[in-house]
Amino acid sequence: MKLALALSALVIALLMASLSLGYAPLSLSAVLGGVLGAGDPLHVMVMQEIRLPRTALAALVGAALGLSGAAMQGYLRNPLAEPGLIGVSGSAALGAVIALQTGLSAAFALALPLMALLFALGAVALILLLAGPRGGSLTLILAGIAVSALAGALTSLALNLSSNPYATFEIVFWMMGSVADRSLTHLALAAPLVALGGAVLLTLGRGLDALTLGEDGAQALGVSMTALRLKLLFGTAAAVGAATAVAGAVGFVGLVVPHLLRPLCGARPSRLLWASALGGAAMLLTADIAVRLILPERDLKLGVVMALIGAPLFLHLIYKTRRGG
Amino acid sequence: MSLLSLEALTVKRGPCPVVDGVSLTIAPGECVGLIGPNGAGKTTLMRAALGLMKHEGRSSLTDLPAGARARAAAWLPQSREIAWPVTVETLVALGRLPHDSRAGDLRAEAVGRALDRMGLTAFAQRRATELSGGEQARVLIARALAQEAPLLMADEPIAGLDPAAQIATLRVFEDLAREGHAVLVSLHDLTLAARHCTRLILLDRGRIAADGLPLEVLSEARLAEVFHLRGHMLQTEDGPLLQALDVLG
Amino acid sequence: MRASKLLPLAAALSFGIGAAAADGAGPARVVSLNVCTDQLALLLAAPGQLVSVSPLGHDPRSSAMAEEAAALPANAAHAEEIVLLEPDLVLAGTYTARAAVDMLERLGYRVARFAPANSIEDARQNILQMGALLGREPEAETLLARFDNRLAALRDVPETRPLVAYYLPFNETAGVQSLTGEILDTAGMANISEARGLPYGGRLPLEELVLAQPDLILVGQPYDSPSQATALLQHPVLRATGALREIPDGQNWICGTPFLLDAVEAMRELRRDWEAAQ
Repeated sequence: MKLALALSALVIALLMASLSLGYAPLSLSAVLGGVLGAGDPLHVMVMQEIRLPRTALAALVGAALGLSGAAMQGYLRNPLAEPGLIGVSGSAALGAVIALQTGLSAAFALALPLMALLFALGAVALILLLAGPRGGSLTLILAGIAVSALAGALTSLALNLSSNPYATFEIVFWMMGSVADRSLTHLALAAPLVALGGAVLLTLGRGLDALTLGEDGAQALGVSMTALRLKLLFGTAAAVGAATAVAGAVGFVGLVVPHLLRPLCGARPSRLLWASALGGAAMLLTADIAVRLILPERDLKLGVVMALIGAPLFLHLIYKTRRGG
Repeated sequence: MSLLSLEALTVKRGPCPVVDGVSLTIAPGECVGLIGPNGAGKTTLMRAALGLMKHEGRSSLTDLPAGARARAAAWLPQSREIAWPVTVETLVALGRLPHDSRAGDLRAEAVGRALDRMGLTAFAQRRATELSGGEQARVLIARALAQEAPLLMADEPIAGLDPAAQIATLRVFEDLAREGHAVLVSLHDLTLAARHCTRLILLDRGRIAADGLPLEVLSEARLAEVFHLRGHMLQTEDGPLLQALDVLG
Repeated sequence: MRASKLLPLAAALSFGIGAAAADGAGPARVVSLNVCTDQLALLLAAPGQLVSVSPLGHDPRSSAMAEEAAALPANAAHAEEIVLLEPDLVLAGTYTARAAVDMLERLGYRVARFAPANSIEDARQNILQMGALLGREPEAETLLARFDNRLAALRDVPETRPLVAYYLPFNETAGVQSLTGEILDTAGMANISEARGLPYGGRLPLEELVLAQPDLILVGQPYDSPSQATALLQHPVLRATGALREIPDGQNWICGTPFLLDAVEAMRELRRDWEAAQ
């Protein structure tokens, strides 16, 4: 309960900070008035059309990734499982790029998140199939490398084939992720699916807790593994797919956040779910504030910041799992 | 009223039956030892009875919906998996998952009783993954006890425990049976099986070779035929004792 | 061993170039690798002199003379392919297909590199340079004279200049010291990058752009297929400002050719429309 309050307070503070810290200085009253639609119409426009979507998307994408990471780790009972590392985000990005470049999303706007969802679904299913009921670290990482590499290559291919000369530069966006200059349209496309996927994942707490005892133990406690697996598949694909479709593949959020929060949750997978959703939102808001503060003159990608934090931790975890056998 | 009844339960791996037409009934008050050599089908029999694997024939447990089944039978698998560094208390409380989550007090009481029975009260706030292997095994037994189901099925629960803990664990099972529960426990130690079980079921290549009072089941002929062991059960002041003499070729 | 094999080839090539130069009629076979040299060559070359245009030469978005270039094959700017065209002169931009251009130079081909035009003066010099390279100096003089006359007629010095942002993909804005900047200036517009201290252009975040309240925000036309970089130019906030104008003739802005005056003229029209609406 205390943790929930602390994390919520942190997220609210970061939301405020993200709204207040832009490229141009705006007074606090202009920020608040702008968000609420009062005051100088120019400030209202900047706040509602530029800063609000950016801030909301950072929080939404972070929550989706944190929650999905916690759910996948709980299911596979492996702290290395993370949507970005095992290729789910990369596959979602491929789906999104295909939807954009084939013109599908121009004809039907929801095709963008839905294609991303579909590709993410394929990747999660493939990983679960390859990793088996208990995701061994080696299988997970190797399968992740293969899926990521393939998705990345096909994404590059799709963008290289584009008639838009700028599309090639976009490879960085899809591999590293960014919420810069996203509009309310993007938010409206992603939010419903992320919410749906997140809601499904949040129902998994009891089953994931039971899985602490292994599959047999969980099943004997009345948990249906088939239902759990299906919900995990759909929930992860919807949350990660929709988030990636508008913000690109941001790595390491689902790794770092559950890792940091696990001790504070008494390592209980059910508590870790909602905690990681809040923590993920806080983490990505922080990263997005950081990219604006550190190098405001460059369009730094979120994935760069996350990798700087996440990669050393990932290596540390690999080392620990190896020693643990 | 029986707590478990199996009728012609059969599990096949490919064309070969691993469990072959097993029928049995377990009533309240029984502490049933399931014995047999490696590969006799003990684990498979118990998992199939719980509906954890595909099978033919009938089990009274698999007729129940998942939630009701979890309240009717607790299962202690052989693999001692504790995936996350949760506290002992949290882990034991997982046994209460099948029960009404609103009954908070009942839950705490059941968890307290289970910890107490297994002598783990002092460990309640320790991280389960930081305990020794034997201690972890006891924590997992406590978890199954906390489920407070009428029937407890345990797969080699005392393997790897020190001798005192082995005996203490089987005493707990005996107590459970006396209180009106039933226990089905697979064991390799025939001496302990003979001493602590009210009834033994001897499994050989998937079939029931014998089912009855411990000393009747563990005859010299069966030790030879099923376990390929030359030996006999000695009657001592403290109860039966297996004297194993040689391996039969 | 490889070098010794190449020697006779190089010798033969330099002989060929020498022969063409001796005619005094300029190179006979000219290949262009850059969309800007494409257009200058098309304007000045004798019939048949230019044998191939650059990869973008047929793209109407990039070249103002895509239609005229359609009769010529477009190359892919690969050294191997260029060698097979047996050119006497290769026209390249400073930054186009550098590996291929370096290779062609090593093989002994005559390569002329054109720096991108950053000003109208650069454009004037490009015309003269192209004329000299092709052996078409009189044609170049004529073209330049026509250019200067039209430029003088178009130059406008209005009383109030609208504040204009030429907004580019990747949050970039065109600087004063650029061809785009000079086009805007000539058409009587004030460039936002001057006020922002970005004489050479640079990064202008979306919200800073909106808060600066430019009178006109100019963006290129959307491409058929999307990209994040160009999607920025369709951000709803730009439309919400009411200042957004799409430039229909982006091809006229790219190169230092006489077509840039079409861009100046279009901008002058836009400015006058804006004045009328005030």
